Amino acid sequence: MRYLPLTEADRQAMLAAIGAPSVDALFGDVPVAAHLTQPIAGLAPHQGELQVERALGRLAARNVAAGSCPSFLGAGAYRHHVPAAVDQLLTRGEFLTSYTPYQPEVTQGTLQYLFEFQTQVALITGMDVANASMYDGATACAEAVLMANRVTRRNRAVLSGGLHPHYREVTATTTGVLGVDLVTLPADPKGIEDLVAAIDDKTSCVVVQNPTLFGHVADLTALAEACHAKGALLIVAVTEVVSLGLMPSPGSMGADIVVAEGQSIGNGLNFGGPYLGLFATRDKFVRQMPGRLCGETVDADGKRGFVLTLSTREQHIRREKATSNICTNSGLCALAFTMHLSLLGEVGFTGLAQLNHAKAVQLADKLAAAGVTVVNQGFFNEFTIQVTGDAAAVVDTLAAEPILAGVPVSRLHPAQADLAGLLLVAVTETTTEDDMDALVQALGGTK
Amino acid sequence: MNTQGRKTTPDAESAAATDVGTYTGNRALVHEEALIFELDNPGVTGVDLEAAPAVTSRLGGLKARDAIGLPGLSEPTVVRHYTRLSQKNFGIDSTMYPLGSCTMKHNPRLNEKLARLPGFSDIHPLQPQSTVQGALELIDQLAHWLKTLTGMPAVAMSPAAGAHGELCGLMAIRAALQARGESSRTRVLVPESAHGTNPATAAFCGFTVDAIPAEANGRVSVAAVKAKLGPDVACIMLTNPNTCGLFEPQVKEIADAVHAAGGYFYCDGANYNAIVGRVRPADLGVDAMHINLHKTFSTPHGGGGPGSGPVVLSDALAPYAPLPYVVHGTDGFRLVEHEGEVEGGNQPFGRLKAFHGQMGMFVRALAYILSHGADGLRQASSDAVLNANYIKARLQDLMTVPFDGYCMHEALFDDRFLKDTGVTTLDFAKAMIDEGFHPMTMYFPLVVHGAFLIEPTETESKATIDQFVGAMRHLAGKAKAGDAAHFLAAPRYTPRRRLDETAAARKPVLRWLPPAA
Repeated sequence: MRYLPLTEADRQAMLAAIGAPSVDALFGDVPVAAHLTQPIAGLAPHQGELQVERALGRLAARNVAAGSCPSFLGAGAYRHHVPAAVDQLLTRGEFLTSYTPYQPEVTQGTLQYLFEFQTQVALITGMDVANASMYDGATACAEAVLMANRVTRRNRAVLSGGLHPHYREVTATTTGVLGVDLVTLPADPKGIEDLVAAIDDKTSCVVVQNPTLFGHVADLTALAEACHAKGALLIVAVTEVVSLGLMPSPGSMGADIVVAEGQSIGNGLNFGGPYLGLFATRDKFVRQMPGRLCGETVDADGKRGFVLTLSTREQHIRREKATSNICTNSGLCALAFTMHLSLLGEVGFTGLAQLNHAKAVQLADKLAAAGVTVVNQGFFNEFTIQVTGDAAAVVDTLAAEPILAGVPVSRLHPAQADLAGLLLVAVTETTTEDDMDALVQALGGTK
Repeated sequence: MNTQGRKTTPDAESAAATDVGTYTGNRALVHEEALIFELDNPGVTGVDLEAAPAVTSRLGGLKARDAIGLPGLSEPTVVRHYTRLSQKNFGIDSTMYPLGSCTMKHNPRLNEKLARLPGFSDIHPLQPQSTVQGALELIDQLAHWLKTLTGMPAVAMSPAAGAHGELCGLMAIRAALQARGESSRTRVLVPESAHGTNPATAAFCGFTVDAIPAEANGRVSVAAVKAKLGPDVACIMLTNPNTCGLFEPQVKEIADAVHAAGGYFYCDGANYNAIVGRVRPADLGVDAMHINLHKTFSTPHGGGGPGSGPVVLSDALAPYAPLPYVVHGTDGFRLVEHEGEVEGGNQPFGRLKAFHGQMGMFVRALAYILSHGADGLRQASSDAVLNANYIKARLQDLMTVPFDGYCMHEALFDDRFLKDTGVTTLDFAKAMIDEGFHPMTMYFPLVVHGAFLIEPTETESKATIDQFVGAMRHLAGKAKAGDAAHFLAAPRYTPRRRLDETAAARKPVLRWLPPAA
């Protein structure tokens, strides 16, 4: 038990200081019937580092790492190259093993990076302010709908059919218990839905994803104007945050709240978590914003410093009247994000986005040339193709090669049989021409 | 306070004599680090990207965006920036971090190494399930440990944090009540001593909150609970061990009373680390309890997150656990992701998070659990409780203990010992920082005036605790001797002195803006 520093002699000395006969006596408030006197049956005893490494290594070896083969998986999680410096710096103990910065004098490191993170998120989304992160993009989306209801004092939210079904489901779960009226448009693989028609004077917000689940990109300016004309807010969800390096920012198109999945920058795939919810809005709504905020101030010597602020919105002050029950953020994931984005900078971030897009165009062209139907006119780094037969079956077949060919739409929209032939294909800077050729050849073979 | 060898800290006079200031404002290793935006060298980047293939953009008629305003930094600049920022942080690696109720214990590096194996870190949540059998088995193994340790039949793995787990538990209770045709049960009983997340969660889930006062002994009584019970009560949210660091001795009677009245027992498991391996929550009548993996199983909480909050569930609530979940079939492990795939009468209340849970935290937690084993986990909770009681015993002649009896994993004092000294709890905490310790939790729980909540955890050695106790005793003596000035000027040795939080809230500055031209 290498993590436990007390010796038997220590324990005896401490019990003597306490004046207790035994450690068991310290548990005297536990009802007698609930005391366990022996280690619980059916669970193994402690193991050394080598044994634990072997046990988990065996489990890891039974998974196909996305980087070990051609991989075109996206749909809300993307494999990007993370510079080595990010993880090396992230694991510095003073970052890794610190807690919520309750004592600002000894957590200026955390507080400064959160302030820088908030600024970066505001810049790339084109918004005024951002919070210091949330659990993931989907939970941020649900919080945004609740915030829009508080701001507008209305109760009806319109969700685009292009919104990732998981975002839609999380929003439905979280807002449903509060009686929020959700209007959900059908999934729209062609990307031509009419959201404006769904807005009325009871609508608190419209939630639209850009690019959509199917990869379509849209100019949201007219939609924003239509929302504002009816007193509703426009919430823009972004599942691939790298797209913000190339596409016009949601803020520039009139968004009131932007939520995004930040995993793509600095964070690995990790089988779905932990991820990083980004949340940004306009200055005038800041006191309705959920989550943690870091602000600038001065210390007793007049030097610039940073603290957590506006905590009167939060659960530890307002309890049942708080803007949200959220207590933690995704601090380490936010740190990885801000480090990676700092390394990229303006040139790198826009260049990375351009590279992702150009490679996606290259693959779309190759597929089209091989006779595969590409559904999209416009896209960023992910688009929808039509395969012959069931896309899920095609993906399963190719997984044996192994090629991770993409995400079949049926995995996300199983109830809609008309979508069964659609496959979402994502490309990033990690995709090579050989990878693309392998996919084109494989899909050509299954056609 | 180093008690051996040469003095390592100067007294106030010699400190003043040696502090002559520096040209740069830096103090040796502690640099005055600018914001990344102030380090901007336009055009510089820390990443070399390959040239994009020559293609025509296909952005559906959209024009590429205008300049963003991100700063240009080279890799060495970035490495120095974050290294210097890290030097301005206390972490559990640097010092004892006895934040009560937050549980800062050693974060083993083996866990970090394993979480970074490509077979865990580089797998996509929507890969074909045949290609992630090891990951699904890992979730199943961790679930097995959590169920067995708590004695509960089911566990929902996907909640992203403790507060998210509370939401999960209350949603399961809500769904169960609906299934029973008892949606009229809308009141949730929450003791006054509860974490702020409990009432916030109940409200966030559409319930009304009814507070239960604490007894004079810091516990919740059966009588107080019974007085609140009625046909509209959905559940009680009870923290056990509670936020005063005490085990609720009447927990079973409380559970029975709530059950008899048709309600459920939600246990806030934030303090489960005090009893793991020694008490099974199932034996206390619990219907749902979240487990903060970072507290009990030491996943690192860098700067406030990420968390992970699996929720164990009783038979009554298990059918309502959220999607997705892992099942073990004849041909291996499988994810149930949609309502259409649900079998066996389950009625999941929905989805809580985009994907399957905090997988990276699961790897770390399982590595921690296997390293300890059933015997080691029991020893860990025993040592955590021993350490806390030792601190209590060593300080109780100087500082007031508001409630009698042995404490669990954290020792609670109040600030009566500072009365008439001119020193506040906050001042005392800041002086602890100068002694090289992260302060205890202050002002919580709310039921104690001027609370000091100290949680040493099982990974502090007796020597460290003795040094901590020595510092506390030294400072308590200083305060009682009338040296308020020492405290009012603290902290002295930190990268920043006391920060003006009022100004920060009054006129919020939440982002950097370029200086006006």
